[in-house]
Amino acid sequence: MTLYISRDHALDLLRQMIRIRRLEEKSVELYSKQKIRGFLHLYIGEEAAGVGAMRALREDDNIVATYREHGQALVRGIPAGEIMAEMYGKANGCSGGRGGSMHLFSAKRRFYGGHAIVGGGLPIAVGLALADKMKGEARVTACFFGDGATDEGEFHESLNLAALWKLPVLFLCENNQYAMGTALDRHVSDSDIVNNPPAYGIPSESVNGMDVVAVERAVHNAVESVRETSEPRFLELRTYRFRAHSMYDAELYRSKEEVEEHKKHDPIANFQERAMSDELITQSDIDTIEADVAKEIAEAIEFAERGEWEPVEDITRHIYARDLS
Amino acid sequence: MTTYRDAVRTALQTLLREDPRVFLMGEDVGRYGGPYAVSKGLLKEFGEERVRDTPLCESTFVGAGIGAALGGMRPIVEVMTVNFSLLALDQVVNNAAVMRHMSGGQFEVPIAVRMATGGGKQLAAQHSHSLENWYAHIPGIKVLAPATVQDAHDMLLAAVEDPDPVFIFEHQMLYGMEGPLDTEATPPSPWKAAIRRSGSDVSLIAYGGSVHKALTAAEKLEKERVSAEVVDLRSLRPLDRETIVASVSRTHRAVVIDEAWKTGSLASEISAILAEDAFYELDAPVVRVCTLEVPIPYAKHLEEAALPQVDRIVEAAKRSVGGG
Ligand SMILES: Cc1ncc(C[n+]2csc(CCOP(=O)(O)OP(=O)(O)O)c2C)c(N)n1
Ligand SMILES: [Mg+2]
Repeated sequence: MTLYISRDHALDLLRQMIRIRRLEEKSVELYSKQKIRGFLHLYIGEEAAGVGAMRALREDDNIVATYREHGQALVRGIPAGEIMAEMYGKANGCSGGRGGSMHLFSAKRRFYGGHAIVGGGLPIAVGLALADKMKGEARVTACFFGDGATDEGEFHESLNLAALWKLPVLFLCENNQYAMGTALDRHVSDSDIVNNPPAYGIPSESVNGMDVVAVERAVHNAVESVRETSEPRFLELRTYRFRAHSMYDAELYRSKEEVEEHKKHDPIANFQERAMSDELITQSDIDTIEADVAKEIAEAIEFAERGEWEPVEDITRHIYARDLS
Repeated sequence: MTTYRDAVRTALQTLLREDPRVFLMGEDVGRYGGPYAVSKGLLKEFGEERVRDTPLCESTFVGAGIGAALGGMRPIVEVMTVNFSLLALDQVVNNAAVMRHMSGGQFEVPIAVRMATGGGKQLAAQHSHSLENWYAHIPGIKVLAPATVQDAHDMLLAAVEDPDPVFIFEHQMLYGMEGPLDTEATPPSPWKAAIRRSGSDVSLIAYGGSVHKALTAAEKLEKERVSAEVVDLRSLRPLDRETIVASVSRTHRAVVIDEAWKTGSLASEISAILAEDAFYELDAPVVRVCTLEVPIPYAKHLEEAALPQVDRIVEAAKRSVGGG
């Protein structure tokens, strides 16, 4: 299948996906060296979803994400060093070391977090969109969440409220087939997730989340429709997580064969292949990207290593606008 | 004289008139006029954009309030009563309270959340809760309990002005209460406790609806030659330790009145503060007058027996003074 994109476009998509993949791989390494602690949820296998979606969004749009957000944060423009430093828990991290891997934030990038209560970010996204609507801003709020979140009451409440009040929210469900160890058909009564939103009057569409170009197109159309109508839309990005749910997961719930089968649809390998056969890129482009990214990640680690630990005396900062103690 | 209900409405009106970022949302705040008639007439004056009837989804409309606050608005969210606020606790505890912190100070949530609280209307076990202590437990939010008409007005203004999430608990028995309201005067800080009546023998420490029971008890005690001081906590988080300790340092005795269940209550917290900071000032053990450890019964005589009442406060104060 021909890609119908420019060389620069192809190079950018590939570069972004590789940046995420390598950042995540490095994170695993650093986790085993105990540089990164706590929960760590990897995006490996799902890169096309975040990269395609981010490219279709404008700088001025709002993003609300989950704990599996390193990729989105990186592509959104939070420097790799600040992400890495945050995972280290250092003061030069993008949340000052108070958040960690699950809570990346950036006011500058309108990245409203990394939320680790499943479904908890959806009402926030609805509220951000409400504020924009009331202020007359043309902005869209893009809200990422997993298939597991669709089980939650807040998912249904948020769809209802966004539709009822006609709010500019783009709901982006990254369906990676599992909520931790519970497969889709074991956690929702109708595993065709796109059937949900129409019940609230929200147009809904499913897209191959392993195909970065398909994702970008679908998100582009959806987001422009939200912008134009100021009404919500829903997209299901069908994807698959190649790694464990978090670093604590023994993966008892799925077979190696199943994972291997899905790896045949690796979003990066597939895209490289297609872009090369379309003669958009060459092996040496890939080599250049890999070298650049390796350098970027190495610098990010250096940035994190160099970072300071926030002094314990400052522990009561960031609770209230003014310290109450 | 103004009612407590009208005082809250006056504050709402002022806020909606003066600040275009302010809007009110909640169940039945618009067409219905508010479940306690607090927002009656506001829909007509300000329209559906700014006085928003929400669906029945406490978690999501509180969460949307948090989102709107993040987005630069100054939402006032009414959660009909504390009983239903339990459905929104996730948004309160996991989002409103921690957003500033998790983001390393990049984001703040200037939201004001109002709700009715307390028992006394024979509404039985699901509609009579006093769970202010659940909220007061949480760093990152602030909690106010206006007991007077003036505070009902002033505290809402202060809550909306505050850059942090503020939760206001309005005792359901107070809405019809009348009292003076001065909208011109500079209000005292909402974060300080107030001495509602001076006394020298015992401090009656209370908040919200219980303040009035404590005042009535103090009058009765006076007839029995016991001079009781009444401390209105006003702010439940932060707690004004200074005023509490200063009062008890004068009277040397303390009775803490709290409509919550005794176990794990704010009354327990006050007792602990006194043990920590006023131990050598105390001439008698601290006494807690709280709700009996039962779900609130429907039958009138049982509900009355369960909730703190004037007689129990009087008795506790006498016990405290007698044992000194
Ligand atoms: C309200 C809530 N319940 C349970 C959990 C524990 N938990 C963390 S991730 C997860 C699975 C979520 O699955 P999904 O939404 O599909 O996201 P994915 O991890 O697949 O990206 C669960 C159950 C949680 N964090 N929050
Ligand atoms: Mg999932």
